[in-house]
Amino acid sequence: MRRVNKDKVFDVVIACIMGVVAILFLLPLLNVLACSFSSPDKVVAGEVGLIPVGFSLEGYKMVFANDSLITGFLNSLLYTFIGTVIQVSLQMLCAYPLSRPDFKGKKILNIFLTLTMFISGGMIPTYLLISSLNMLDTIWAIIIPGCVSVFNIIVIRTYMSTSIPSELSEAARIDGCSDFQIFLRVILPLSRPIIFVMVLYAIVGYWNNYFNALLYIQSADLYPLQRVLQDMLVSNSGSLGGGDPNLQEQLKYVTIVVSSLPLLVIYPFFQKYFEKGVVMGGVKG
Amino acid sequence: MANSTLKFTERDLIRKPKPRNLWSKWGITLFLMALPTVVYIFIFHYMPLEGLIISFKDYNSFQGMWGSPWTDMGGFKHFVTFVTAPNFWTLIKNTLVLSALSIIFNSTLPIIYALFLNEVRYKWAKKTVQIIMYAPYFISTVVMVGILFILFRADTGVLTRILVAFGMDSTSAMSNPKAFVAIYIISGLWQGLGWWSIVYMGSLANVDPNLHDAAKIDGAGRLRRIFSVNFPSIVPLAVIMLIMSIGNILNVGFEKVYLMYTPGNSVSSEIISTYVYRISFPDYGQPQFSYATAIGLFNSVINIIVLVTANFISKKVSDNSLW
Repeated sequence: MRRVNKDKVFDVVIACIMGVVAILFLLPLLNVLACSFSSPDKVVAGEVGLIPVGFSLEGYKMVFANDSLITGFLNSLLYTFIGTVIQVSLQMLCAYPLSRPDFKGKKILNIFLTLTMFISGGMIPTYLLISSLNMLDTIWAIIIPGCVSVFNIIVIRTYMSTSIPSELSEAARIDGCSDFQIFLRVILPLSRPIIFVMVLYAIVGYWNNYFNALLYIQSADLYPLQRVLQDMLVSNSGSLGGGDPNLQEQLKYVTIVVSSLPLLVIYPFFQKYFEKGVVMGGVKG
Repeated sequence: MANSTLKFTERDLIRKPKPRNLWSKWGITLFLMALPTVVYIFIFHYMPLEGLIISFKDYNSFQGMWGSPWTDMGGFKHFVTFVTAPNFWTLIKNTLVLSALSIIFNSTLPIIYALFLNEVRYKWAKKTVQIIMYAPYFISTVVMVGILFILFRADTGVLTRILVAFGMDSTSAMSNPKAFVAIYIISGLWQGLGWWSIVYMGSLANVDPNLHDAAKIDGAGRLRRIFSVNFPSIVPLAVIMLIMSIGNILNVGFEKVYLMYTPGNSVSSEIISTYVYRISFPDYGQPQFSYATAIGLFNSVINIIVLVTANFISKKVSDNSLW
């Protein structure tokens, strides 16, 4: 009896501690959200806590009327879409042969891929390569460098070889499927969870990518959202707010909300998949 | 002899598949599927290695990588210059401090967090906490640093006000070199704690329940079981994760440090990778591609040495190893 009570107390205490931690973690986001709906003067005076003060939608109106932000947003949508399609397809296509015990080049291919996790040319040699491929200042300089992740390929391969029974491929082969048909009709449909994980990774990676644009992109009309945000949030060189410093400051909160919202809205739907995916990567990688 | 002929594998009993065509037999289809990635990896991961040669040369774009003249000191001029440069030790120190402290906090706190979260018995509460803790991970580095700048706005930033209440001055902590490392690590934990704990949560879910039952019979309470059953079971995983992060000790994330850099905090926020970027693409003056590449190469070589050493030690001490 005493044991049960003690356990109950322990449960409640732990739940409370974790609850407090979670709330603490949420506070900065709530503050940003509240400020985005507040009047610029109150924001700059530091009077806004977790509830909007002097409720105003002015900031949102201005942000949605701002050309460079809209361009950045649309560019990022495009880059994310194209990048995700290329990245996920290449990784799936490459992981399948690696998961097949009878693939002859498996060992060499494994070494060829894994080595790149330890050696790299570094910033300038890669820059010179991109430059010699005439990719500087094109959308390909944003999409292609860093597109395929060897680590992800290993995770997908592990999934394919451990979670999909080989009897299924065997059966499909007996029914006359070619290797590619097996991949298309048996492996892909059964890999749905890992595909979701990889799609999420790709979306997050491309949407939040900033490095490629910083290094390889000069023209402002090719800027992805994050590059536009850098000018506004960090270097303070955006021309939003029409010269009013308070408005300029408040608009930062609005742009943070608008630019982060897409990912914050979609990740809960992927939760059960990415939890599995990360575990798989950690255990094998 | 007689025995071996009697050995049937399961395979022999199954109906033999149709004879495979040559594409399948020689693995041509499989090879073609991997080919795009192989070509990609070759171009974007192996071809840049050729560019490393410019770290032994004085690169100029007219003569190109191979045409540019070799440097003095048997080609090692840039390496000697770097090692003897006045800012060499500052760069090394800043990089090491930042990454050593990151490794310490980022590899321990997620474990502690996971051990406790794992004890939450109410499923909905656990789910809710987890989903909240993942949120910051999806915020981009640029936005993260943007949030830091507004929270630490001089005089009126929310965090500045809290610091003032504790007797600090009201200038922005973002231009304070002493605060840089703390801000970097705490904001990193804010973003990563929930995410980094996923792998440990997964591993904790696989702990053999019999171990818990045995411990219960021996009279171990909840706390006792966390430390004596759950914790030991995730140590091997934690060691592997630790080796991997140690192998990247000089690869502190470039983006965040670069974005957090202000003239005020430059004493502690200039690290190897940001320095490489700044001398390659300076606001004014000549880009020093060769020197920058030499520093990058120096950086990678040290990383590999550290990784191999860490792995060696771990193999000796705990039997956990990457290879």
